[in-house]
Amino acid sequence: MSFLLAQGMTGGYGSVDILHDCTIAVEAGEIAVIVGPNGAGKSTAMKAVFGMLDIHSGSVILDGEDITALSPQDRVAKGMAFVPQTNNVFPSMSVEQNLEMGAFLRRDDINKTMEEVYELFPILREKRRQNAGELSGGQRQQVAVGRALMTQPKLLMLDEPTAGVSPIVMDELFDLIIDIARTGLPILMVEQNARQALNIADKGYVLVQGRNRFTDTGQALMNDPEVRKSFLGG
Amino acid sequence: MELLNALALLSNYVLVPALAYGSQLALGALGVTLVFGILRFSNFAHGDTMAFGTMVTILFTWWFQSMGIHLGPLPTALLAMPFGILFCAAYVLATDRLVYRFYRSKRSDPVIYLIASVGVMFVTNGIVRFIIGPDDQNFADGERFIIKAGEFKKLTGLSEGVSIKLSQGITVITMFIVVALLFWFLNKTRSGKSMRAYSDNEDLALLSGINPDRVVAITWILAAALATIAGTLYGLDKSFKPFTYFQLLLPIFAAAIVGGLGNPLGAIAGGFVIAFSEIMITYAYKRVIAYLVPGDWVPDGLIQLLSTDYKFAVSFVILLLVLLVRPNGIFKGTGV
Amino acid sequence: MRNLVYFLIISALIVLVGQFQSWNLALSILNLCIISAIMALGVNIQWGYAGLFNVGIMGFAALGGLAAMLISMPPVREAWSAGGLGIAGGIVALILTVLCAVFSYRKMRGTRFRTLIVVLVSVVGYFVLRSFFDPASDAIEKVNPASSGYLGGLGLPILLAWPVGGVLAGAAAWVVGKITLGLRADYLAIATLGISEIIVAMLKNEDWMTRGVKNVVGLPRPVPYEINLQQSDWFIQLAARLQTDPVTFSSIFVKICYAGLFGVVLLLVLYLSEKALRSPWGRMMRAIRDNEVSSEAMGKDVKARHLQVFVLGSMVVGIAGAMLTTLDGQLTPSSYQPLRFTFLIWVMVIVGGSGNNWGAILGGFVIWFFWIESEPMGIWLMNTLTSQMDSGSALRAHLIDSAQHMRLMTMGLILLLTLRFSPRGLIPEKNAHH
Ligand SMILES: Nc1ncnc2c1ncn2[C@@H]1O[C@H](COP(=O)(O)OP(=O)(O)O)[C@@H](O)[C@H]1O
Ligand SMILES: [Mg+2]
Repeated sequence: MSFLLAQGMTGGYGSVDILHDCTIAVEAGEIAVIVGPNGAGKSTAMKAVFGMLDIHSGSVILDGEDITALSPQDRVAKGMAFVPQTNNVFPSMSVEQNLEMGAFLRRDDINKTMEEVYELFPILREKRRQNAGELSGGQRQQVAVGRALMTQPKLLMLDEPTAGVSPIVMDELFDLIIDIARTGLPILMVEQNARQALNIADKGYVLVQGRNRFTDTGQALMNDPEVRKSFLGG
Repeated sequence: MELLNALALLSNYVLVPALAYGSQLALGALGVTLVFGILRFSNFAHGDTMAFGTMVTILFTWWFQSMGIHLGPLPTALLAMPFGILFCAAYVLATDRLVYRFYRSKRSDPVIYLIASVGVMFVTNGIVRFIIGPDDQNFADGERFIIKAGEFKKLTGLSEGVSIKLSQGITVITMFIVVALLFWFLNKTRSGKSMRAYSDNEDLALLSGINPDRVVAITWILAAALATIAGTLYGLDKSFKPFTYFQLLLPIFAAAIVGGLGNPLGAIAGGFVIAFSEIMITYAYKRVIAYLVPGDWVPDGLIQLLSTDYKFAVSFVILLLVLLVRPNGIFKGTGV
Repeated sequence: MRNLVYFLIISALIVLVGQFQSWNLALSILNLCIISAIMALGVNIQWGYAGLFNVGIMGFAALGGLAAMLISMPPVREAWSAGGLGIAGGIVALILTVLCAVFSYRKMRGTRFRTLIVVLVSVVGYFVLRSFFDPASDAIEKVNPASSGYLGGLGLPILLAWPVGGVLAGAAAWVVGKITLGLRADYLAIATLGISEIIVAMLKNEDWMTRGVKNVVGLPRPVPYEINLQQSDWFIQLAARLQTDPVTFSSIFVKICYAGLFGVVLLLVLYLSEKALRSPWGRMMRAIRDNEVSSEAMGKDVKARHLQVFVLGSMVVGIAGAMLTTLDGQLTPSSYQPLRFTFLIWVMVIVGGSGNNWGAILGGFVIWFFWIESEPMGIWLMNTLTSQMDSGSALRAHLIDSAQHMRLMTMGLILLLTLRFSPRGLIPEKNAHH
C-alpha cells in the first residue's frame, strides 16, 4: 500500500470541476512528480490532496488512514506539509519566525529541527533576522521549504519550488530536494521543468485537463516517445 | 519667565489634553487596525462597541458605588472595567458568530463586511441607547486632579498654571500598560504569533496548522478589550454620550489609516498625530503670543486656526492628505 | 408580477393610514416616501451599478438643503452691504488658493518638496481668506441677529434650487471621489463619512451663511399657501363640492401639490436611471462591478467610470435633499442625523434590492413607512408589555421612554437579516451575475 494514495479525485473551486477522476500516489521514501501543461490542474490536485478544496468523489489515504474528511490543519497534525506555489512565506516576519510558525503545532523543543534546517539551508542562518519578504526568490523558496520541514512531516508536498528562480539556483534547489529525499522523507512535487524533475523522480504523473494522462516511473516517462514529444519538447 | 509662562500655557491647553486624547485615539485605532489586519475590513461598529463596553463599565460602576465599594482616590470605573471588557467581548463574539462568520465562510467581498458592520453598529447603538439612554453620563469619582493649576502656580511661581486631571494621568499610564501588554502578546506568545502570521498570510497560516477560528476569536476579544478601555478612559476624561462615541469613528479611522491600516505601531502614532493636530489647530494662541511679543504687537483676534466646531475636519483633511500622498499610511499597512 | 403586488401592498398601507389615522398624515408619509425613494435611487446608482459604498449620504442631502435656502430666500441687503464684499473677497481668495495648490501639485510632480509646498500654499491662502472672511462674517452676524444675521439667498424660485442642490452635491462628491476612488473601498466609505460630518458642521456653524442652529425658516414655497387657498373662491367652492372642511382640505391640497411635483422628479430620475442602466454605459458599469480586474485589463478606465457614477449618484441625493428642505419650508442644520439620513437610506437600498431601480423605490417607500409607523407601534407595544407593571415603576417609565431607540435596533436587524438571508433584496437585480 502506498504511503499516500489520493484516488479518483473529482472536484474544483466552484460549480465547475477542474479535476476528473485524478489519482496520485507516493510510496514511502520516494519522490513522485506531477508534470503537465499550464492550467492542467496540478496545483489544484495538490490542494485537493491537502484538503484545501472540496472533492465530491474520491478519497485520500495517508499511511493507511482515510483523511478525506480532515481539514488542512488536521492534515498538518497528521504529518503532511505543503509548500504552495505562490505566497509561501510570511513576508513581514523574520526568517526565524517563519520557521517557528512552521512548527506551530509542535509542543516539543524545536531547536534541533531548526538547526537541521539551517544545516540544510546555510544561507537562512545568515539571514535569520531578516524579513522573509525582503529575500530573493531562491532564498524565499528555501524559507518556504524550511518552514514545511519544521513540522517534521511524514510527507512533503512542493508546488513548483523552482518557479521564477535562475537556472543556477534551480540546480541548487534540485540538489537540496534530493538531499531531503535521501533522509527518507517521501516527496510529492509539481514541476515546470519536466525533464529535470522526472530525472530525479521515482514515479511521474502527467496531468492534462485535470485527468491522469500518463503514469509511470520517472525513467520510463522520460523514455516514452509520446511524452517526450508532447511534454518534454522532443 | 515669560517664555516659561507661554510653555506652561501650551502644556495646560495643548500638551496634556493632546496626550490624553491621543492615548484614547491610539487605543481605539488599535482595535480598528487589529480587526482590519485579521478580518480585512474596516469595522464601522467599533465606535459603538466602545460605547457598549463603556456602558457596561458605567453600570457596574454605579452598582459598586451603591454597595459602597470605592477605589479611594482612583475612579471606581477602573474596578468595573474588567467586567465591561468581559461583557463587551461576549457581545462582540456573539456578533461574530451571528453576523460575520457567515460571510467569512463564503469568503465575501470586504465591502459586504463593511455593510454588515454598519448593521451591527445600528443594533449596538440601539441597545446602548435602550439600556442607558442617549444622554450624557458622568461616572468619574475619586480625586479630580493630580495637580491643580493653583498648586502648580504656587510651586513654580509662574502666573500660568498647569493642571493635570487624574483621568488624564490614568489615561496615559493605562495606554502605556495596554500597549506594552499588547505588543508582548503579539510578539511573544503563541497566540499572538499566530495572529501575526494569519494577518501576514492567511492561507499559509492554515497550512501551518493555525486554527483560523481561534485567531478570529482572539482578535475580537482583543478588539473588545481595547474598545472598552479606550471608551472608558474617554468617558472618564470627558463624559459618556452614545452619539459622541459614534462620532469618534472618524478620528479613530483617520488615526488607523494615517498609521497604515493593519499596523499596530502605526495606529498608536496615528492616534497622537490626529490628537495633536486636532488640538493644536483648534487652540487659540492669543495668550501664548501675548507672553512672547511686546504688548502692542499682540493681535486682536484669537489666533485660532480653526474653530473647535470643525475638529473633525482636521482628522478628515489629514486623512485625505495621507491618502493623496501615501495611501498605505506613514508606517505602511503591513498587517498585525 | 410579484413586484406589482409589493407596490400595491405599500399603497394600500398608505391608504389605510389615510382612512384610520388621517389623510394629512398619509400624504406627508407619501411625500417623504417619494423623497426617500429618490435618495435611495441615487445611492443605488452608486452601490447597485458600481459597488461604491457611500457613507456620507447625509452630507450630500444637506448640501441640497443648503441650496434650497440659498436660492430661495430673499437677500438681506443690510447684511450684504455690511460684509458682502468681504465674503466675496474670501471666496476669491479660496478659489485662488485652491488653484495655486492644484497648480503647484501638478507642476512639482516628482520633486521632493511637493507636499511641503502645497501645504504651505494652502496655509498662506487659508490665512488670507480668513482675513477676508472673519471681519465680514462678524459684521454680517451683527445685522439683526434675532431675525437675520446672515446674507440671505438669491430670492429666486425655489424649484431652481433642486438642480442647484444636485450640482453642489456633485461637486463635493467629485472632490472626495477624485482622492479616494481607486483605493480600497474602505477609504471611500470613511472619507464620505468625514465629508458629511464636515458639511453638517459647516451648516451648523457658519451663521453668516445659514444662521446655524438658529435655523432659516419660512422658505418660499413652490406651491400655494394654505391661508391663501382658504381665502380664494374657487378653492372654497371645490371644498364645498367635495363636502370637506376648507381648512383641513387646504393642507391636504398643498400636500397633494407637493406629491405631484415630487412624483414628477421621481419619474424623471427613474426614467433616466433605467435608460442609463440599459445603455452600453450601464452594461459596462456592471461589468466593471462584477469583475473589476478583467475590465481593467480590457482597458477601461475603471477609476474614471467610478468617479462618474459617484458624482451622478450624489447629485441625485443632493436633489432629493433640496426637495426635502423645500417640503419642510425651513433649513434646520441640527436635523441632519447620520442614522436618519445615511444609514436609513442604506437600509432602503439593501432591502429594496441593490442594483434594481424599482427595488430602490420600493425600499424607500417600505422603510420610510415603517420608520414612521414603528414609533407609535413601539410605544404601543411597550405600553402593552408593561401594562402589568406598577404605573409608578421607574423601569416602566424607562422602557416606554426607550421605545424610540428600538427603531434603531429594528432597522439594524432588518439590514442584517436582509443582507444575510435575501442579499438581493425584495426586487432583485435582473440577470445579476452574482
Ligand atoms: N482559486 C481558483 N478559483 C477558481 N479557479 C481556479 C483557481 N485556481 C485555479 N483555477 C483554475 O483551475 C484550473 C487549473 O489551475 P491550476 O491547478 O492552477 O493549474 P496548474 O497548476 O496546472 O498550472 C485553471 O483553469 C485555473 O483557471
Ligand atoms: Mg500551478
